[in-house]
Amino acid sequence: QKVSVEVLAHLEHLALVDFRDSEGVERLQKAIQFADQLHEVNTDGVEPMDSVLEDRCLYLREDDVTEGNCTKELLENAREKVEEYFVAPPG
Amino acid sequence: VACNARGGAVPAGKSGLAPWIPVVGLEIHAQISSNSKLFSGSQVQFAAPPNSLVSFFDASLPGTLPVLNRRCVEAAVMTGLALNCSINKKSLFDRKHYFYADLPAGYQITQQRVPIAVNGSLSYSLCIDNKMSQMVTKTVRIKQIQLEQDSGKSLHDDARSQTLVDLNRAGVGLMEVVMEPDMCCGEEAAAAVRELQLILQTLGSSQAVMAEGQLRVDANVSVHHPGEPYGVRTEVKNINSIRFLAKAIDYEIHRQIEELENGGTILNETRAFDSKLGCTVPMRDKEGKQDYRFMPEPNLPPLILYDAKSLPANMNHQQVINIDWIHERLPDLPSVKREKLVEQYGILPEHSFTLLNEDGLAGFFESVVKQTQMKPKKVIGWILNDLLSYLKQHSLTVKESPVSCFVLADLLNLLEKKEISSTAAKQVLAELWKGEGKTPLEIVKEQKLELLQDQKELEQICQAVIDGQENEVIIMVPG
Repeated sequence: QKVSVEVLAHLEHLALVDFRDSEGVERLQKAIQFADQLHEVNTDGVEPMDSVLEDRCLYLREDDVTEGNCTKELLENAREKVEEYFVAPPG
Repeated sequence: VACNARGGAVPAGKSGLAPWIPVVGLEIHAQISSNSKLFSGSQVQFAAPPNSLVSFFDASLPGTLPVLNRRCVEAAVMTGLALNCSINKKSLFDRKHYFYADLPAGYQITQQRVPIAVNGSLSYSLCIDNKMSQMVTKTVRIKQIQLEQDSGKSLHDDARSQTLVDLNRAGVGLMEVVMEPDMCCGEEAAAAVRELQLILQTLGSSQAVMAEGQLRVDANVSVHHPGEPYGVRTEVKNINSIRFLAKAIDYEIHRQIEELENGGTILNETRAFDSKLGCTVPMRDKEGKQDYRFMPEPNLPPLILYDAKSLPANMNHQQVINIDWIHERLPDLPSVKREKLVEQYGILPEHSFTLLNEDGLAGFFESVVKQTQMKPKKVIGWILNDLLSYLKQHSLTVKESPVSCFVLADLLNLLEKKEISSTAAKQVLAELWKGEGKTPLEIVKEQKLELLQDQKELEQICQAVIDGQENEVIIMVPG
């Protein structure tokens, strides 16, 4: 079933990502302005947080071989294969 | 900052023009010597059946997470310490995004913001004017060392317009060593990389064999006139040996100088070294500047390292990496080994370089010295002039030498005890080289090379010679 023009317009309307006209671009600019409000918070001297894990201990694994040797399983996911290589487009 | 090995700037190409100062920086990727990969438990091994050393994480299957390999962290700390770096007690992991068939996740986990080690230095030596007797020491600053994942391998099949992908190498741990642009020519870069290679091999953190891709070097090259700002730099890749590294850099320096002197400009591009043609060529274009969209790796908390002072009391030992503990256990680095050889055996500094440059040669030398009464200063001549040149002629490593250290020691003992002459000794060595299992003494007897010690016997022989050459003697005597 093809995606009709109406469905497309509906999706664009929902996602607010119509860039074909100036109204859409204006909407995008407004969205960015809204997000920019974050800059109003004074973060001087506050270390940015990358992750809620920042206070957790980073687990260190012993250097043992515990995985691999599952060529067949991995290649099952490949649409195309040549011998035991994955195939990708050139370049 | 930049000068050439002979102490001056590269002379002007055309007469009357200002001299050029070449600037060379290196980015080196060393594969970590470990059993398993950086973030997964699949094996690290060269030349295995395609895609046999790949875990679900390496293949970037959904639901998999990175788990850091302790050994890889230790290798990076060791390397950082050996290169006089400050070890960051807290370092972070980031994602570097780009699309390529051999990078299944679409990003590489690396350390862009806060790497594990920073601000180090590497000292290396060069011969001035190709004379081994005059060596000068130079230093290159190490900007940083970071832990990161290796990518898989792509085999381009242009005939069928496809790329074959093998992920065995994907996820193997790498240490990226970034050197500041303190070098000025191919020779300096080659010497610096050689020393780094020896250090890594001594530490055991990487086997650093360039031919097997365990050590990969990219060079950043630019030229400028003294007093002017640095020129546009190009990146040179695809360099497969230390010899080619020097060639590639020198070619690129000259290419840039010629281009600029002819009124052209240098593009900020990536070039590949073509070893057959001995030149650099532009690589397949990398559409303008890459936007890697660096972001913190959300699945990995910061990496915390400890030292004797900050060691936590109640933590599981296996989860703690103590920088001081590692520092105490560092082996003697090449520079220290060389000093010790010179001090202990009275050999020349340049000899110590040659000994360390050849895998196993220093050990061979020391074994021979232990087993012979001959002075080390004399033994070194036999090792460097005779043994080494035989090995080189036949493209053999010290391990493969048909003459063992015991056999050579036996031979040198015969010489030292004056049972044979040094000419005879060379003859015996040539015979020993055939590796037929004969001992030096056996060969001496076979070829009747024993020195005559008996005075009477010597007189008899001399007399016989003189008697046989009566005419010549008659001419000689008056004069």
